[in-house]
Amino acid sequence: MSLWMELQTALARLLIFPGLLFAVPAAWFFLWVERKAVARMQGRIGPPFMQPFFDFIKLLGKQTPQRAGVSGMLMRAWPLIAVSSAAGAVGLLPVLPTHGGFQGDLILLLALLELPSMCIIAAGFSSRSIFGEIGSAREAVLSVSYNVVFLLAILSIAASQHTFSLSALAVLPSSPLRWLGIVALLVCLPAKLHLNPFSLPNAEQEIYSGPMTEYAGPELAMWELSHGLEWVAATGLVATLIAPQVTLVWLAILFFVAISFGIVLLLSVVASATARLQIDTTVRFYWQCTLIFAVLAVAAALFMRYRA
Amino acid sequence: MKLWDKLMCYSRRHSPWLFHMNSGSCNGCDIEIVASLSPRYDAEQLGVRLEGSPRHADILLVTGPVTHNAAAAIRTVYGQVYGPKAVVAIGSCPATTNVFIDSRTLEGPLDKHIPVDVFVPGCPPRPDAIILGVAKAAEILAERGNKPPAESLMIPIAEAACCAEGCACEAKKEEVQA
Repeated sequence: MSLWMELQTALARLLIFPGLLFAVPAAWFFLWVERKAVARMQGRIGPPFMQPFFDFIKLLGKQTPQRAGVSGMLMRAWPLIAVSSAAGAVGLLPVLPTHGGFQGDLILLLALLELPSMCIIAAGFSSRSIFGEIGSAREAVLSVSYNVVFLLAILSIAASQHTFSLSALAVLPSSPLRWLGIVALLVCLPAKLHLNPFSLPNAEQEIYSGPMTEYAGPELAMWELSHGLEWVAATGLVATLIAPQVTLVWLAILFFVAISFGIVLLLSVVASATARLQIDTTVRFYWQCTLIFAVLAVAAALFMRYRA
Repeated sequence: MKLWDKLMCYSRRHSPWLFHMNSGSCNGCDIEIVASLSPRYDAEQLGVRLEGSPRHADILLVTGPVTHNAAAAIRTVYGQVYGPKAVVAIGSCPATTNVFIDSRTLEGPLDKHIPVDVFVPGCPPRPDAIILGVAKAAEILAERGNKPPAESLMIPIAEAACCAEGCACEAKKEEVQA
């Protein structure tokens, strides 16, 4: 395949599917599904279908705060970095059974998935608001806790097959070990997406909006968008691991969207059915209860590879 | 460009984010604000979201008769909300200082300090009246954009006591007229 063709494929993946052209409407759709599911669980009707889109447009039309100096520049930069890395993570997902183009690998995908939460931590500290700083500290503690489990779960799937290539991982036959890894990933998703019972960094009743407290207007719109893109990327990662292998393109897309939708629904229902845990309970949950299973999964994966 | 303006106006009308501020209220109106977001009234159908930070808000809901301590805070918070913004005074206290009138601990009513767009009278007002006030404020905000606020709107008591069009109150009004 020529270089030009590879460039074309890579651009198509980044900009059209599963990249920006698909991911941005999907992000708004998932944000709506979350709010609607929570509302239905509480016996309400909930927001109209286009709500996240209207919120985004409205925020774009608000006044922009004046920010001076280096910290002001940084505060403007964080949401943009978060959006672009989340969009890049979505673009890397191995949804379509195609070859060629820039493939990337699992390590790049994980780094891009992690970048938005790094940006949130940095944003809270550079805003110098007391609520932002507490929120950032919580986000940092939380990400140290769930990431160990998250990375070990991914690692166990990768180690059992001896590959870091994304498209190779997506075509693996399903095994009990793989399902254990998927369950471990699902346990980490509420913390990654700041949902109940792990919605500590943006705990409204305690620290207002956490790291986002000082953000307004278009910058806040970018944060909302990056949050939606994180939804698409994180649920999409699990969806590509679950989805059965098909050669038809439209069927692959259908499976991807349907499974992502199911995961969003599941997470929202869990979020509305639970209350927020304290930070120390959360940390203990990940380090004491979940870590052991993740370690077991990795050990089993390595053991099976040496036997084979 | 015209299409963009129309879309912006429509979005502003359909996505009012609230910040709730208590300026010495007895908590009666505050409970009714929460009730308007609860399953029975469900203001989220209009796109309403109660925000934790005034930076995120479009509409400032103020309850209470504005005490000495609250006056400076109200001006600060009003300045922290980025435009286009609107203010809704919930209850009779911010409109007239209500039963606390002539008290030496007050600096009310509210419109001595910040421009108010909609007054929702009542002690406390019903949740439907609060939702009506927020919806009117969102309309005002969408039409006005970043221009400075004009005169304020008082929701008539009859309308405030009544829910949206087509409810039982309409029938009662007709009975009275007959």
